[in-house]
Amino acid sequence: MARIDVEALDKSFGGFHAVKSASFTVEDGQFLCLLGPSGCGKTTTLRMIAGLELPTAGTIRLDGEDVTMNRASARDIAFVFQLFALYPHMNVRRNIGFPLKCEGIGAAERDRRVVEAARILRISHLLDRSVSGLAGGDRQRVALGRAIVRKPKCFLMDEPLGALDTEMREAMIHELRALHDRLGATTVYVTHDQLEAMAMADRIAVMNNGVVEQVASPRDVYDRPASLFVADFIGSPPMNFLPFRGGLQTGAEAITLGERDVAIPAAREAMAESELVLGVRPEHVRFTDQGMVRGEVYGTEYLGTTQIVTVTTHYGALKARSASSRSFRIGETVGLDFRPDTLSIFDKASGRAIRTALHEGGAHG
Amino acid sequence: MTSATAAHSVVEPSATTRRLAGSLVVLYAIITMIPLVWIMLTAFKSPDDAISYPPKVMFKPSLEGFCNLFTTRSRQTPEFIRSLGPPQGLCDSIARERNMVVAGPSNYVPRFVNSLIIAFGSTVLAVTLGTLSAYGFSRFRVPLKDDLLFFILSTRMMPPIAVAIPIYLMYRTIGLSDTRLGMILLYTSVNVSLAVWLLKGFIDEIPREYEEAAMIDGYTRFQAFVKVVLPQATTGIAATAIFCLIFAWNEYAFAVLLTSGNAQTAPPFIPIIIGEGGQDWPAVAAGTTLFLVPIVVFTVLLRKHLLRGITFGAVRK
Repeated sequence: MARIDVEALDKSFGGFHAVKSASFTVEDGQFLCLLGPSGCGKTTTLRMIAGLELPTAGTIRLDGEDVTMNRASARDIAFVFQLFALYPHMNVRRNIGFPLKCEGIGAAERDRRVVEAARILRISHLLDRSVSGLAGGDRQRVALGRAIVRKPKCFLMDEPLGALDTEMREAMIHELRALHDRLGATTVYVTHDQLEAMAMADRIAVMNNGVVEQVASPRDVYDRPASLFVADFIGSPPMNFLPFRGGLQTGAEAITLGERDVAIPAAREAMAESELVLGVRPEHVRFTDQGMVRGEVYGTEYLGTTQIVTVTTHYGALKARSASSRSFRIGETVGLDFRPDTLSIFDKASGRAIRTALHEGGAHG
Repeated sequence: MTSATAAHSVVEPSATTRRLAGSLVVLYAIITMIPLVWIMLTAFKSPDDAISYPPKVMFKPSLEGFCNLFTTRSRQTPEFIRSLGPPQGLCDSIARERNMVVAGPSNYVPRFVNSLIIAFGSTVLAVTLGTLSAYGFSRFRVPLKDDLLFFILSTRMMPPIAVAIPIYLMYRTIGLSDTRLGMILLYTSVNVSLAVWLLKGFIDEIPREYEEAAMIDGYTRFQAFVKVVLPQATTGIAATAIFCLIFAWNEYAFAVLLTSGNAQTAPPFIPIIIGEGGQDWPAVAAGTTLFLVPIVVFTVLLRKHLLRGITFGAVRK
């Protein structure tokens, strides 16, 4: 198992700059998710770690060894593809054993390890079946089998659950995490699904337009987003944004929104008068008659235990999460209040989160 | 079977429709088969039966056509023939009935061998080059890819015979005229554009994840190409090979122009038979019938590859 260091990685395809100076580290045994919308460069980054693409600039180190320009086969890694990539002309046993065969390992040892991998993945009964008859989940297990049978330095997975239906996906999320806990293998996992990333990852690297916006634990990515993009991308519904104009002194504990003061976590840096954005998670919006923001109820979405209430305000539509027991009339005027210790402030021009007391206590990338 | 039919048509065809469609197919098959059957029948007729009018459908089969195809004969006086010993084999006895003796083998076998070597040689070369370049075009970032592909296709836009004279002059200058190598190179250059385009389509359909997985598992790209891509491209390779072979096997115009005593193929040779001692239609028909055999055998051998949808179901798209 190994530690992966990615430093200032760049990749251009002709005129298209797919990855811009991406840097992050995956510690030995860590499960890192590369998360972002399609086209953000996450798969390209993964393929560069695998050696399937060569970077335009930057370095990749596996356990300290520079492998940036090494051939894929010389890196001792395993890759799980979204489309499984099982060889149709081989049965399950030969598919799982294929990497061992490439390494020239003898038949007896090969079979022992194939059986062991199949047992871990609970597909022993499928070993002599043809891969084309298998269900999606079983095919993905076979693909995982082909990855774990070799005991590689690390696992790279490119949306391995993307081709499965929802039910199978939920089950595989738990299985993958359990497998990771059992094998303790360094894993880089690419997904565009924040729920997958939140459920499995030790750390999440959020990418957008080829840039790594934040690398942090799932909790930090959600509670302390490093940029407007992260705040918007993570969470469903996403964070509410209230634009305002103002400045901040170091240590300031309130901002002026419209006519009224809003308490915020104490600022840890100063900001000259400029366009700023106040970020509020829907679950941190409270309904009070004395609320500092007033608006009309536009609609509600019932989610079972909670409901999402959309309120039209001076700052645009705000979404609030509320207990589903409470009832709202469409058009009703309500007052909204925010939980001060959870608010984020962003610089609108750069999208960057301004450092406040919110960031203390949490690891921040 | 029923469900497969239902998947493509909204209404299940009625029994009448099926019968009608069936009879149309049979009728069409009969119409296309008549010339072939006629050639095969003619091959077994005697020269008199072959030109009788009205044409004979029932006749006494004879091997004279095949004998005349494979041998050359000389006319002798009956006295001379009687002075010889017993006939040397079947063809000699047939010849003697017509006051002739077998003088030696004809050129049909060497011409047929030329055809085999040139057609299969150029097919192997065109498919090999085609597979490699199709893989390159399919998987790599080739500068000016679209222009190059169009250029390759454009070599097919002009009828090959339009360049026959320049090629004849070039071949004569560089000594490729009337050589098997020259014909193999010529047919390869005509076929390779077809092979690249056909095979690129097939290889595009093979997910690149297969060879990427193999490369990560320890293969070099070339090993992955040979062990993973090729087995899955067999369908396309077989289809392409048949197309290339049919062209090279049947080609007439270049063969007439560029080959004579040494590298002549069967197509220009067969019509020459007509001129040797009267219009010997059974010999021509026999030559044509045998000429059909290699293509039929090759196609039948490759049929199972043509029908097998090998990647079906292994990758979810």
